[in-house]
Amino acid sequence: MSDVGFVAVGYGVTAVALAGYAWRVLARGRRLSALVPQERRRWM
Amino acid sequence: MTTSAQVETPRRRRGRNERLATTSSRFTRALGVIALLMGASALLLALVISPPEVTQGDAVRLFYLHVPLAVAGGYLGVGLLAVGSIGYLWKRTTFWDLLAASAAELALIFTALTLLTGSLWGRPVWGTYWEWDPRLTLTAVLFVLLIGYRAMRTASVDPQLRARRSAVIGLLAAADVPLIRMSVDWWRGLHQTATLNPLNPSLDGMMLFTFFWSMVSFAVLFLWLLVHRFRVAWLEEQLADRALDEAIAQRRAEAPQTP
Amino acid sequence: MDRGGLLMWRDALLVAGKDLRIEFRSKIALNQIAPFALVVLLLFAFALDPDRGFLGEATPGLFWITVLLSTLLVVQRSYAVEAADSGRDSLRLTGLDPAGVFLGKAAAVFVVLALLEVGLAAGVRLMYDTSLRGWPVLVVASLAATTGLVAAGTMYGALAAGLRARETLLPLLFLPVVAPVMIGGTRAFAAALDGSSGEGWRWCGLLITFAVAYVALGMLLFEPLLEDS
Repeated sequence: MSDVGFVAVGYGVTAVALAGYAWRVLARGRRLSALVPQERRRWM
Repeated sequence: MTTSAQVETPRRRRGRNERLATTSSRFTRALGVIALLMGASALLLALVISPPEVTQGDAVRLFYLHVPLAVAGGYLGVGLLAVGSIGYLWKRTTFWDLLAASAAELALIFTALTLLTGSLWGRPVWGTYWEWDPRLTLTAVLFVLLIGYRAMRTASVDPQLRARRSAVIGLLAAADVPLIRMSVDWWRGLHQTATLNPLNPSLDGMMLFTFFWSMVSFAVLFLWLLVHRFRVAWLEEQLADRALDEAIAQRRAEAPQTP
Repeated sequence: MDRGGLLMWRDALLVAGKDLRIEFRSKIALNQIAPFALVVLLLFAFALDPDRGFLGEATPGLFWITVLLSTLLVVQRSYAVEAADSGRDSLRLTGLDPAGVFLGKAAAVFVVLALLEVGLAAGVRLMYDTSLRGWPVLVVASLAATTGLVAAGTMYGALAAGLRARETLLPLLFLPVVAPVMIGGTRAFAAALDGSSGEGWRWCGLLITFAVAYVALGMLLFEPLLEDS
C-alpha cells in the first residue's frame, strides 16, 4: 500500500467512526428526550 | 408537583415535545456549525493545500489527524475526566459524575483512533505498525486505563456507588498518567524514534498552520460531542428516576386494595 | 503529632493486626498463594528453554510478573475476608479513620507480599541459577516497588470489592496502573544484576515516587470507598 493508501485509510476510518458515534449520540438523544418532560431537560 | 402529573406530561404535550425532542440547543447548533466548517477547512488544508514533507512524503498528512486526536482525547478528555471526578467527590452531584463519564467515553474513542492513526503512520515512516515509542506506549496504557473506567461504570448498578467508585478510578487514572509518562520516557529514553515536533523551526509555515488549525478544530468537535453526550447521559438519569417514581406511584395505587 | 494523627496510626495498627491474625490462622497465603507463585516460576521455565540462559537474562521481568500476579491474589484475599458476614459494614461502623484503615490493610498486604518476595528471590536463585548481585539496589527497589504495589492494590481491591464482576474487574483496573512499577522494578533489578547500580538507583527514584504518590492518594481517597455497603 502506498503512503496515500495509509492516509486514506486513516482519514476514512476516523471519519466513519466519529460520524457514526455522533449519529448514535444524536439519535439516542432524540429518542430519550421525547420521553422526558420538557421541564426536566435543563438546556431547553 | 405530583407524580401523576409527571407521568402524564409527555403524553399531553406530545406534539410540542416531538418537535423539540432533541439534545440540541442554540448553543450546540452554533458549536456544531463551527465544528463542521472548521473540520471541512482543516480537511482541505491537511489533504490538499499543505505540501508533502521532505522525508515522510504524504504520510505526514496523517499527523494532522493523529496529533489533534491525541491532544483532544489525552489532554481534554482525561483532563475533564479528572475535573469531573474531583468535582463529584467534592460536591457529590450528578452533574460532575456525568461530566466525568461523558469525557471518559469520548477520551476512549479518541484514544483508540489515536492508536489506529499512529500505527497507520508508523507503517510507511518507521516500517512497522508498532514501535515501543514512549508516547505510543503511554497512549496504549491510557487506552487500557479508560477501558477499566468504562468497565467499572458498566459493572455497577447502584448509581451512587457507581458515581463514587468511578470518581476514585478516574482520579487515580489521571494521576497515574504523569507517572507512566515518566517511566516510559526513561524506559525508551535511548531509543528515540522519529516523530514530528510541531515546534520544530524547520517546519514549513503552511504545515505548522494546518497543524494548529486541525488541533483547534478537533477541540471544538470534542466539545460539541461532549455536550451532546452529557445531555444523553442526563436524560438517561432522568428516565431512571422517572421509572422509579412510576414504580412507587403504582405500588401506592395498589395499596388501598390490600389494606 | 496531633491527636488525630496518632489515632490514624493506632487504627492502622488495629486493622493490620486483624488482617494478619486472620492470615496467620487461615494460612491462605502460605498454603495457596506461595505455591501458586512457585508454579508460575515453573511455568516460565517450561516456556523459556532453561538450557540457553534465557531464564537468567529474563529473571527481573519474570520475578516482577510473578509478584504482580501474586499481588492480585493477596489483595483479593484481603477483601474476600471482609465480604463474608458483612465485615465491610462492621469495619465502617467501627468509626475507624479511613486513612488508618487504608494504611492498615496495605501494611498487612505488604507483610505478606514482602515475605513472598523473599521466597521468590530464593526460588529464582535456585531454579534459574541467577546470581543475586547489587544487594542495596535490590532491597531498596523491592521495598519501594512493594509499597507502591500494595498501595495501588489496596485501592483497587476496595474499588472492585462487593461488585459481582470483582474477580475480572480487579486485574483490568490494577495491572495497567502499575505499569510504572513493572518497568521500574524490572529495570532496577536488571541494572543491579548487571553490576551497574548507578542506573539502578535512578529507577529506585521512580519506584519511590510511585509509592509516595499512591500512599498519599490512598489516604486521601479511601473514605468514599468505605461509605457504601
